[in-house]
Order: sequence, then C-alpha cells, then structure tokens
Amino acid sequence: MIPAAFDYEVAESAEAAISLLAEHGDDAKLLAGGHSLIPMMRYRLATPSVLVDVGRLDDLRYIRAGNGTVSIGALTRHSELEHSAALAEACPLLASVAALVGDPAVRHRGTLGGTLAHADPASDLPAAVLALGGTIVAQGPGGSREIAASDFFTGYFESVLDADEMITEVRVPADRGGWNYQKFNRRAQDWAIVGVAVAGGGSGVSLVNMGSVPVRASGVEAALAGGASAAEAAAVAADGLEPPEDLNADAEYRSHLARVLTERALNAAGVA
Amino acid sequence: MTITEEAPAGHIGARRLRKEDPALLTGESKFIDDLALPGAIWVGVVRSTEAHANIVGIDGSAALAIDGVNEVLSGEDLALLWGEGALPCAWPVTGDMKTPTHLPVARSTAKYVGDAVAVVLADSRYAAADGAAAVVVDYEPLPAVVEIEDAVADGAPLVHPDLESNECYTWGLWGDNAPAVDAAFAEAAHVVSERYLQQRLIPAPMEPRGCAAVPSPAGGELTLYSATQIPHILKVMTAVVLGIPENKLRVVAPSVGGGFGCKLNVYAEEILCSALAMQRGAPVRWTEGRAEAAVSTIQGRGQVQHIELAADADGKVQAVRVKLLADMGAYLQLVTPGVPLLGGFLYHGCYDIGLYLFECTSVFTNRTPTDAYRGAGRPEATYAIERAMDSLAVSVGVSPEEIRARNFIAADAFPYESSAGLTFDSGDYQVVLDKAVALAGVAGRRAEAAQRRAAGSSKRIGVGFSSYVEMCGLAPSRVLASLAYGAGGWEAATVRVSPTCKVQVVTGSTPHGQGHETCWSMIVADKLGVDPDDVEILHSDTAVSPTGLDTYGSRSLAVGGTAVYMATDKVIDKARAIAAHQLEASEDDLEFSGGVFRVRGTPEAEVPLAGIAFAAFTAHDLPDGMEPNLEAHVTYDPPNFTFPNGTHIAVVEVDTDTGNVDLIDYVAVDDCGVQINPLIVEGQVHGGILQGAAQALYEDAVYNSDGQLVSANLGDYLVPSAAEAPRYRLDSHATPSPTNPMGVKGVGEAGTIAAAPAVINAVVDALRDLGVTDVDMPASPQTVWRAIADAQGGAS
Repeated sequence: MIPAAFDYEVAESAEAAISLLAEHGDDAKLLAGGHSLIPMMRYRLATPSVLVDVGRLDDLRYIRAGNGTVSIGALTRHSELEHSAALAEACPLLASVAALVGDPAVRHRGTLGGTLAHADPASDLPAAVLALGGTIVAQGPGGSREIAASDFFTGYFESVLDADEMITEVRVPADRGGWNYQKFNRRAQDWAIVGVAVAGGGSGVSLVNMGSVPVRASGVEAALAGGASAAEAAAVAADGLEPPEDLNADAEYRSHLARVLTERALNAAGVA
Repeated sequence: MTITEEAPAGHIGARRLRKEDPALLTGESKFIDDLALPGAIWVGVVRSTEAHANIVGIDGSAALAIDGVNEVLSGEDLALLWGEGALPCAWPVTGDMKTPTHLPVARSTAKYVGDAVAVVLADSRYAAADGAAAVVVDYEPLPAVVEIEDAVADGAPLVHPDLESNECYTWGLWGDNAPAVDAAFAEAAHVVSERYLQQRLIPAPMEPRGCAAVPSPAGGELTLYSATQIPHILKVMTAVVLGIPENKLRVVAPSVGGGFGCKLNVYAEEILCSALAMQRGAPVRWTEGRAEAAVSTIQGRGQVQHIELAADADGKVQAVRVKLLADMGAYLQLVTPGVPLLGGFLYHGCYDIGLYLFECTSVFTNRTPTDAYRGAGRPEATYAIERAMDSLAVSVGVSPEEIRARNFIAADAFPYESSAGLTFDSGDYQVVLDKAVALAGVAGRRAEAAQRRAAGSSKRIGVGFSSYVEMCGLAPSRVLASLAYGAGGWEAATVRVSPTCKVQVVTGSTPHGQGHETCWSMIVADKLGVDPDDVEILHSDTAVSPTGLDTYGSRSLAVGGTAVYMATDKVIDKARAIAAHQLEASEDDLEFSGGVFRVRGTPEAEVPLAGIAFAAFTAHDLPDGMEPNLEAHVTYDPPNFTFPNGTHIAVVEVDTDTGNVDLIDYVAVDDCGVQINPLIVEGQVHGGILQGAAQALYEDAVYNSDGQLVSANLGDYLVPSAAEAPRYRLDSHATPSPTNPMGVKGVGEAGTIAAAPAVINAVVDALRDLGVTDVDMPASPQTVWRAIADAQGGAS
C-alpha cells in the first residue's frame, strides 16, 4: 500500500500545469482530488513519476448558469455540485448524481474534471454528463478545444485527452426535462455495479459500468422516440453491449440489471 | 437503544462513557506504527505470488540498487536465525494430528499466495516496500489444492508431501452414541439433512498488524512491541521458538486497533523481527499494509458443514448428527486446529437434544492459514443448527418460533448437562424469544409479507430467527487440558491502593478496543467507594503486568474481570482488618460502604478507606504480623465456562427483480448475564451484529482455481460501513451466571454468532413461496437473483 516513488509539483495556474505536463510527458499525472488516482498508486496500478497538483486552482471552481447552459470549472468538488442551488435549479440530474458519488469524504475532495479525465466507466458523473450531451473543454499548450462528451471516452481509463492537456471546464445544457439516476451497488460508498442516467425527458439515456466506456443507450433513446413504453424501451437497454464481469456481477446479471434499472429510471423520470 | 433500563445504584450497570475514547478520538493514542525508533531497520516481506511452487531462485539485485535497501535475505539465508524453531501451534487436538513445520520464511517451497519467501532490510518503510516489490523470485509452479472438498478427493495434490495426506486430523464427540443415533434417525417422523458452506472471511481490524523488536543497549534484553491481543502468550512463545531466556524478554502491546481474533497469534514477522534485532543489535520493525494483510494475516471460517436432525412427529428433535470439513489453510497457526472444536460442542444449539454426534475432519489447502475469528467455531455451529431448525419447522408445518419453543432447554433445567458434555450455567431461552418476537412485531411483519405476496410485489418481506447459546469465559484450565490445549485459562489481577487513596489495577487482560479500562475501573470503584476516574488500569506490558492470558473468546470480563473483583475483595479484607484495629472493634462488627468502615450500631465510630490506605503505607500501627501496604493479587481459574444466549430476529426486504437484500429491522434480545456498562454492551452487540450480517450479505474471501485471492482489497472484499448497518433494536434479559461472583457471561462475540443465520433465514423466508430453500453466503444480489431464477426453473 506504499506507492512507488514520485516527484510532486504544485501548479499555480492551468498554464503552469500544462507546461509541466508538456515537460514530463506520459510520466506525469494531474492530481486533483486524488480519490481515484492515489488508491491506484498505492496498489502500484498507476506509477506516475511526477504528480502535478492542480487542487489549488480555485479559479477553476465555479458553477455558472445562464443562457441555457451551465458552465462548471474543472476543479469543482462533487460536494459543491451536490449542494449548489443554481445547479439544482438548472440541471437537477447532475446535482443529484453528484450526491451519490462515493462517500462524503470522496465528495469533498473529488472533482468533476478529475472524474471525467480518469474515465472510469464505473463512475457516476461521466455517464450523467454523457446523458446530458455535455461538452468538455480541454486546454493544451496550443490553446483550448471543446470535445463532445460522446467523443471523449475511448476505453477503460482512456480518453481523447492528450498527455499535455487538462480539462478546464465542463458545460451541460440547462435541463429540467424528465430525469432520473438509478445507481445499483452493494455498499453506499461503492461504484455502481450498473447505473442508468436519464436526461431531457428520455432524449439522453446512458449506462454506467456496462462496457469499457460510459455508453449512450441509443437503442433505448430510439425506442422512446418511436413511442415505446418504458418496459419496451428498457428491454433493449443491454443490446449490443459487452458488459464487464467481476465478483459482483457476470455479464448476464449486469445485462439484466441494465434492463431493470432502465425501466425504473424511465418510470421515475416520467418519460414513457 | 435499550428498552429495559433500571437506574443503577452504584457504578455497576451505569451507562458510563468510556475513559479510553478521548485519546482515541483526538489521535493521542499511540499505535505500533506511531513508535519513534531512530535507527530502526525496516523489514519488507516478499510474498509468494504462487499458491504452490518451488522457489528456484531469488534475485535481489534490482532491490539492492534502490537507495536505502541494504540487504535481501532468502529463507535459506535466514534459517540460521531460528534453527529448528518453527512458528508454534498450541493446540494439537489429537495425538496423531499432522503438523507441518512452519518456518517464518519459506526455505524451498511456497505453500500459499502470501507465504513469506524473502525479506528486504532497509532504512525506511518506503525503501522496504520498494525493495520488496523489486525482488524477483523464480518459481517452479506445483499443483495446488484450493477448495476444501478437493483436498480430500482421490489423487488430490498434497500441500505437504512429507505428511502423506491433506487430512490434518479427525476429532469427534461420539462416545457410544452411534447405535442410538442411528435408531433415532430410523424412527424419526421428520429428518432434516442439510449442507452449508462457511465461506472464508478476512478479518479487517482498523489497524493492520505490525511489530518492532528493540534490543537493550546492554544486558541482552529484548522488548517486542506488537499490535497483538496476546502479549503474555507471545512472550512465552517467542522465548520458546527463539531460545531467548524468558526473563530477558518483554512484550508490549501499545494501543491496538481491533483484532477480532486475528491478533491472537504468533506471527512470522514477530519472530523474524525479534531474531534479527538480537542478531543485529538494532531495532527491527515491520508494519503490515492493508493489501498484504489480506493474505498474510489469518482468515476466518472456511468449512463445509453437514448437519442432520431426527425429530418426532411434533418436531421434538431426538438426535443431531454433524460432519464437518474444516479448512486449516497451508499451515497451523497458534490455535488453528482448535477452532472447529469450539463449535463442536454447540451444534445442538440451545435445544434439549439427548443424542449428539459430531465429527470434524480438518484439511490442508494451499491458502492462507485460518484461525480464530470473532466467535471462532461458534458462529459456524449456530449457523448450521439455526438454519436446520428452520428447515425442520417447514417440515413439521409450524413457525420458526414454535419449533424453537418445542425444543428449548427449559428454564428449570439449569444447570443443564448437555449431550456434548458441557454444563450450561443459566438461562431462560423462552422468555428471551418471547421478548424478541414482541419487540420485532413479528405478527405485523408477517401480515405485511403476506399482503405483498398476494399483490405480486417484487419487494418481499422475510422474517428470520436465530436463537443461540455460546460458551464463553475461556476457560477452566482442566477442561482445556482435556482438549489438549497448550495453556491454561486463568487470569490474574492486582489491585493496589496508594497512600493517597488512588487505585492501580494491574490486569492480565489485554484490551484492543473493548473498553477494559472503563469497566475494570467501574468494578473497583463500585466496591471501594472511590471515583472511577481515580482508578488507573495498567495492562498490555509484560513488565508491568507480568502474569496474564490476554483477551479472546469473550473471556475478559468473566475471567479477568472476576480476578479484579476478587483482588478488590482481598484489598477490602485487609483494609477491614486495619479498620478493626484502629476502631478497636471486631471485624465482624464492621460494615463497609461508600468507602467508609463503620461499626454497626455506633455510627460515629468510622474510618475512611483513605485513612486506612495511609496507615497501611506508614505501617506505624498495623495489626501484629500484617505486611505494610494495601495491595492484593489474585489468579482466578474459572470453574466453568459461561453460556450467554439470546434470540435475534432479522427482517429483510428482498427485491426479486434485482436480488438485492435490505436489512430493514434487526431485533436482538441477549442474556449476557449482569451488565457492568450497558453502553459498552450495546456497542459490542451493534458491531457484532454487523460483522455477522457481513458474512451473511457482503464478505467473501474469493479464491480462483489457481489459489489466487481475487477479493484482495477493500474494494472487492466488502466490509460493510455504517451506511449498511440495520436499525438496531436491543433488549436484554439477564439470568446471572452462577459461575462467577458478578454473574457476568461475556458479550464480545454474541452478535456475530447470532446474526448470520438470522439474516439468511430471513432471506429464505422472504423467498420460500418462490421455491427458494437455501441461499449461499454471502447472499449477494447476484446470488439471490440466481437462486430465485433457479427455483423458478431456469434463468430469467
């Protein structure tokens, strides 16, 4: 439980962090809340030689709602999403999902940018941003670019982020359409065995831990668009997916859970 | 919450806050890793990644290249340190038990994943960890035997080829009962025959293990600090294993963050650090990591149970027949072989069953050794009989509470001679069950369950019972002798009153979270009429408390607390003699209360304990022949075990769509005898219940067919948190134990013993109409969902 040796740098600005990333390349990792990265380091599943601490960039901690969009700084803590009145008003799904991440200690340290960059398909917030059709703003040495959440995730713990890029902001549309999040786990603090996020009255449906990336349940969305009932739409939730297998669930059980939870989410969202 | 409460007159029975807690809550308590030992050599242990393999080569070159790593030592290199000495097993349960030689570091063959195969010595804990990770071990894999039943299959690979069998021993309680038992089964109106699995569990105390051995600069003394439950036993064993004169050895347990039995042992690292410290003349220390603990510290349970009941037409059980296969793991640790025996006396549960047959065959597997884990044999026994009693209730067509009522040992039968040969001290099992039924509102829950079934709801309600009796207060030394245990079961205490009337108590019990200091000070304060805060409890250091047998098996209060009680009585006797001398009265005419001796009928003639304490110190005017000072020592060997008992009722809601089990209510009515501090009793029951429910619903040490532990971290090995705890509703019914003067029985293990069968019986109750008759532990959502699907005739 002792990580391999590493160097530690504190970044005083996003620009400084990016230049440190550029300097150290693949050997460097950004440290934000650290509640995913540090456990992996303690098991030596991750062995970065340099940690660039961006946890003090308070100018990237904000939630701004207006003009139909909510802009959230990458260093915003889950607990801030959970308790933000502005977010609860503009995009209740995201606030509600944030309240279910880990435990209070995790939510007080974990950041929205961090959980997206970590790209764990079992995490809650990436799927919520995906269902909302969100946009991720990444900054690199050459400037910023906007990446659609649907283009962002590429595999287990992998995304389109370059080694010298850092997420600075996440944008989601203000969305008060029918929404719900179903998280199924065995202990309150655990990752979802399966999770289902419904946004925009059913126009966005995504699944947690049903593949190597958070996935849009496009079959469910299409069925709903075609007038299907919740039960009919949910029946196709796991179609075409290759869910992971672990001690909690094999693929058959995960697929079953995806169908059951999707139906519950759709009913709770009142969209079908 | 306790519903039955009476205002206590003195300190006994008061809900007194624990005197241990301020230091724990503010981080003042010093645990093993907090010790500052400048110049210490840090040990990193290289552990086998193979379940069974010859060690062909060990390459330490990469490790030695790391800054701060000084040496890499193989088991061969270290062999000189311990010569013929091996890690001790203190419980040779049969004369022909097979005992493998258990070296602290393996020399030629690794026998389980986690087996120590080499050691790194370094300047810091960090360098030790880096060094251990960098050592390259060349293994030649051998066939491994992983599962219990595979160990006894024809042609099974042998864990220890030199022992020529994987069977460690067979032990039984059968006498000449066999023909009568066979006849009972032949004549039975109802026969229940069940097979249950006790999965392996990983003890996960807040603080993993650790130790530090510190030689004195001169004189050859060695102090071993260890996160242990048993400094006294560890001292004897370390002296024996390493040939260190026992008078040169001191063992100290600093603050210890829980144990649950897993620190009731003599571990390789304790022997290794002690031997290296003696050899190097420098402190040598090791701190266990959490991931390391999963494989290097003992595991609990690990049994395949076969239990059969023969009952008459009314459901009165006539005979019980039990056959166990118990998993020892690869080696025998301190009491590994004895754990199944502690349950072996109790598979008839709290029922009056005249015919009893028990047989246990224990086997070696290529897995981490098992040993005592909270309850140690008794949770397993209670699980088997309580699950089987529910099956019998179904067969007879009566409720779970009715089948229990028909079979309970009657309240007027105590002291009760059990068919397994024990003498149960006291109890009123029916009153306890009735209280639990009322408190749980069983009738209302069942009506709700029926409504939901009728409505076709996917949220099923189940009510599960568990009535238990345990043997605690380990143990009468003569009984331990009859079981071939290598030590006695007494406990020692010294009580001394200082010249200023402050009190020091030296106890051989070794707390690691229980609250001994609070309870012992309440007992002594109550008797002496002093403030509990003026009573200091000294413990856990063999230089301060040289005599003791430590803490396990719910023995502290019933044995160690009784020793304290009796030593206090001896102090009062001496004080009374001094008081009589001062008051020129007969001892028989004195009464002692509130810390003052008075002459009966002459209230103005009185002397306070403080005056007597000072007089004992000055010794200016003591009765002829009396030794100065007010101090007494008692070593108490209990005449019998104690037999706590109770009924627990779990109420679950099972989601048949997902298989999820919610523990929505939990009622426990326990008889732990007289309660010294109900606050501490409730804490023990709360934690115990959650630990038992954890076996029922969450925890499972999962090994794959190669012998790799798959659930090796706390993300995969699901220790429940407070968020998973049920609503606890507790009550009690005390039948004071006649075995000791306070009437206490013990409560450290009760919750864990009772909870698992209550929860699983509730899950099965919720699903019985769907055809489910059994669910393996842990009843994970996937397991429950599959059980439903299988009962319904195939997958969904």
